[in-house]
Order: sequence, then structure tokens, then C-alpha cells
Amino acid sequence: MIPVRPLLFLGSALFAIGVFGVLTRRNAIAILLSIELILNAASLNFVVLGQASGHPQGQAFALFVIALAACEAAVGLAIVLGLYRTANTVLADQVNLLRG
Amino acid sequence: MQPPIVLAQAGLWFLSALVIAGAILVVTLGNLFRAALSLGVVLVGVAGLFLLVGAEFLAFVQILIYVGAILTLVVFAIMLTARVHRPAGSTAAASQWPAAVASLALFALLACVIAAIPVPTPTAVGGAPVSLQELGRELITTLVLPFEVISVVFVASMVGAIAVAASPRQRRAQAPPSSSA
Repeated sequence: MIPVRPLLFLGSALFAIGVFGVLTRRNAIAILLSIELILNAASLNFVVLGQASGHPQGQAFALFVIALAACEAAVGLAIVLGLYRTANTVLADQVNLLRG
Repeated sequence: MQPPIVLAQAGLWFLSALVIAGAILVVTLGNLFRAALSLGVVLVGVAGLFLLVGAEFLAFVQILIYVGAILTLVVFAIMLTARVHRPAGSTAAASQWPAAVASLALFALLACVIAAIPVPTPTAVGGAPVSLQELGRELITTLVLPFEVISVVFVASMVGAIAVAASPRQRRAQAPPSSSA
């Protein structure tokens, strides 16, 4: 017996905390960490509902979410490194010009 | 295989508390390195929840990829960029209260929706938790196109990440000599 509703509450709490982090953090890496929280909330919901309804696509889409999170982390951190090299800061609100 | 019901309840509460506490630390800690470590706690807790609902494969993938690869990458980036010894300036105090109100409102909205909708129960559907065989069969039959597209996306993003992160000195050395002349 899977406790579906408590786990869905947990997923939405995780999502809300991630949104709070994205809204308040200024460091670009910290924003990426908060986005990882949001992605984890989504994959937790996928897995719980997929397991509860006995459908394998819940786990499959959680797998896709994890793969895309890996892509997102790699590209995001590469952008942060490039940003640090050109603008010498990782604070998202200090980067206000598009020209490198 | 499902754990006994009392153990499952205790594990659920323990892992939920772990995940929520870790997540709050991730978004509030001023020291970025400690925030990354508490993200590791959250990821391990979510992997434990996957185990609890019977998704063993996902739990191992979560630990292998998230904790093993992504967190290592994040720690590398923190070491390369952030001034760890200067925790000030990582959060903006002015926007903290509106953001807290907004995210609490979001959580309240989601909780109301979750409390209102009917959730699927295993007894109603009659299915046992999905086995690894079913998941593998689904991935190579119905979902074979998304699976392949994900791998193409993965290769593209890795090449893009290397291209973006390569230092300008190396890029200039690899450029044809006519551009520098």
C-alpha cells in the first residue's frame, strides 16, 4: 500500500521550497541547486503516481527527468563558468549585459 | 517487495522530514558548499522514498546519477567560482518575504488541489508496483523514440557544455592562424 497523498504533499512542498530558492537566491549555482529540487519534486510525483496506478511510464518519465537534469546541470554549470570568466561574478543580478 | 507496514510508515515519516529539512537548508544556507551537501541529503532521501514505493531501479539511478555525477559537478563549479569563505550576498534579504509568501501560497494551492482530487489506490487499480521487466519493456517498445531523443539531447548538451566551458586560450590556439594575423 503506497501512501499516495502524503507523498504528493511532500512533492508539492519540495516544489514550493525550490520555487522559493529560485526567487530568493542571487548566486547562479544556488539557483541551479533550487532547480534540482524542483526537478526532484516532479520525478517524485511521477514515480509515486506511476507505482500507485501500476503503470510503467511513471518510472520511465522519472528516468527521462533525471537524464534531462544531468544535461541541464552540465550546460548550466558550463554557462556559469563562462560567466565567471567573462563577467568575473556568479551573482545573477550583476550580469546585465549581453555583450561578452 | 514491500517492507512491513509499520517499518514503511516510520521510513516515510523519517525520509519526509529529512527531505523537507534538507530542502529548506538548500535554499537558506549562506555557505554554498554546505547548501550543495544538503542537496545531497535531499537526493538520498528522495532515493529512499523511491525504494519505499518499490521503484528500486529509480533509486539506484538517482543515487548513481544525481549524487554521483551531478552533485560532483556542482561541487566542482562551486570550488571553481564561488568565494566559499565569503557567505554574504548569497541571498537577497529584500525579496525574501514576498518570495516566502508566494511560495507558501503556491504550496497551499497545490495542497488544496491534491486534497480535492481522487488519487489512484493500488486496490482500486488492482496492479502491483511496476517491475523492472515491465519498465524495460516499456522503454524499448512504446517509449523507444523519446528514449533515443533523450540520448541525442544528452550528446548535444555535453558537446555544448564542453564548447561553452573550454577556456578562451584553448579556443584561440585551435583557431586557424588567419584569424589571429
